[in-house]
Amino acid sequence: MSPVLAAAAGVVRRDLLLAMRRKSEALAPVLFFVVVASLFPLGIGPEPDLLRRIGPGVLWVGALLATLLGLGRLFAADHDDGTLEQMALSPEPFAVLVLAKVAAHWLIAGLPLVAAAPVLALQYGLPADTIAVLVASLVLGTPVLSLVGAIGAALTLGVRGGGLLVALLVLPLYVPALVFGAGAVDANLAGTGAEAQLSLLGACLAISAFFAPWATTAALRIALE
Amino acid sequence: MLAASALECVRGDRTLFSGVSFALAAGEGLLVQGANGAGKTSLLRILVGLSPPAHGEVTWSGQPIRRLGEAYRHALAYCGHPNALKDDLSALENLRAAAALFGRKITHEAARAALARVGVEAAAELPVRHLSQGQKRRTTLARLALDSAKLWVLDEPLAALDADGVAWLAATLDAHLEAGGVAVVTSHQTLPVRARFANLRLGE
Repeated sequence: MSPVLAAAAGVVRRDLLLAMRRKSEALAPVLFFVVVASLFPLGIGPEPDLLRRIGPGVLWVGALLATLLGLGRLFAADHDDGTLEQMALSPEPFAVLVLAKVAAHWLIAGLPLVAAAPVLALQYGLPADTIAVLVASLVLGTPVLSLVGAIGAALTLGVRGGGLLVALLVLPLYVPALVFGAGAVDANLAGTGAEAQLSLLGACLAISAFFAPWATTAALRIALE
Repeated sequence: MLAASALECVRGDRTLFSGVSFALAAGEGLLVQGANGAGKTSLLRILVGLSPPAHGEVTWSGQPIRRLGEAYRHALAYCGHPNALKDDLSALENLRAAAALFGRKITHEAARAALARVGVEAAAELPVRHLSQGQKRRTTLARLALDSAKLWVLDEPLAALDADGVAWLAATLDAHLEAGGVAVVTSHQTLPVRARFANLRLGE
């Protein structure tokens, strides 16, 4: 393995190990998602048509807010204990290590949401092929949420009350992913095909995968000065 | 190898220090001293390239470190004031994660041997949270024994170390300088080293 990949793999392994040691913290986003998505049908009542209509939107908003939960702490712990300095001083490119941290964040916070979504979708009476589209949209969309969220987390590093600020900064940037993601599921329900929205969501992922590490790295360097 | 010319550091509207110049050849060390708040840590952060100086330049082998980038960081090992340890991981896991960050995969045995050398092998498997301040400092410094870095920049390495720890660090620094390395160290205490250490006093 080349040194760059070894360093990136080391960062992912360390963050996964830390998540295993603090399970309650790591499980918070997916628990939040389950609670929110389960409360809506209870609150609205057993009206299959209405539930099917709002299902995609509720599930997507739930996933989006769940991602926001742990975002404020993404770099804060590393910043406090000096690990972030060591990452910045590593001979391997800082952007790659930052991307590895975002990947670890997605594995811990994003992937469980994707896994929980099909089960939660059953509560809204979504048909099987629509659930498949929902999962596809979340697979493409949740990495966008992690990548864009990392920019906000880096910009608010060391700011008191940063958690709220992250939400304010990042939510407008989450809108395209939300519109295309929920739109893809809606389009499938309406029978018009979800390819267009999924392609646009894929484009969002490509753009954020390219620019987000760069922007995050720049913000982190300023925070470290 | 490491040279600084007319470094100036400004925090807010206060000038911490200005006109700091020195040059270190291979095998030479620099001991930075000064009162609390004199800018020792700020100077080290400028030397490693974390913050840019308000004026002046740092060069490594005649090249400005800004331009060298990754090549400079390859030659550098920095131990800052925070220990850069994860409280929930054991000393072994911390050491291996730190080595991986520098693109070096070390075996379990190599990490254990490095910890034995700094005297924390008994606590190697414990979460770092349960270690004493001195043991944490030793774990951080164990990284130096693994690294092949030419330039060591250590911020208050003696903080929380006991007499044995200080002796170990002094011997390690001596060996490093004898092998042609360079070291910049801040400390409030005297460093019992045999090697040549120039003295730099800030804030006077």
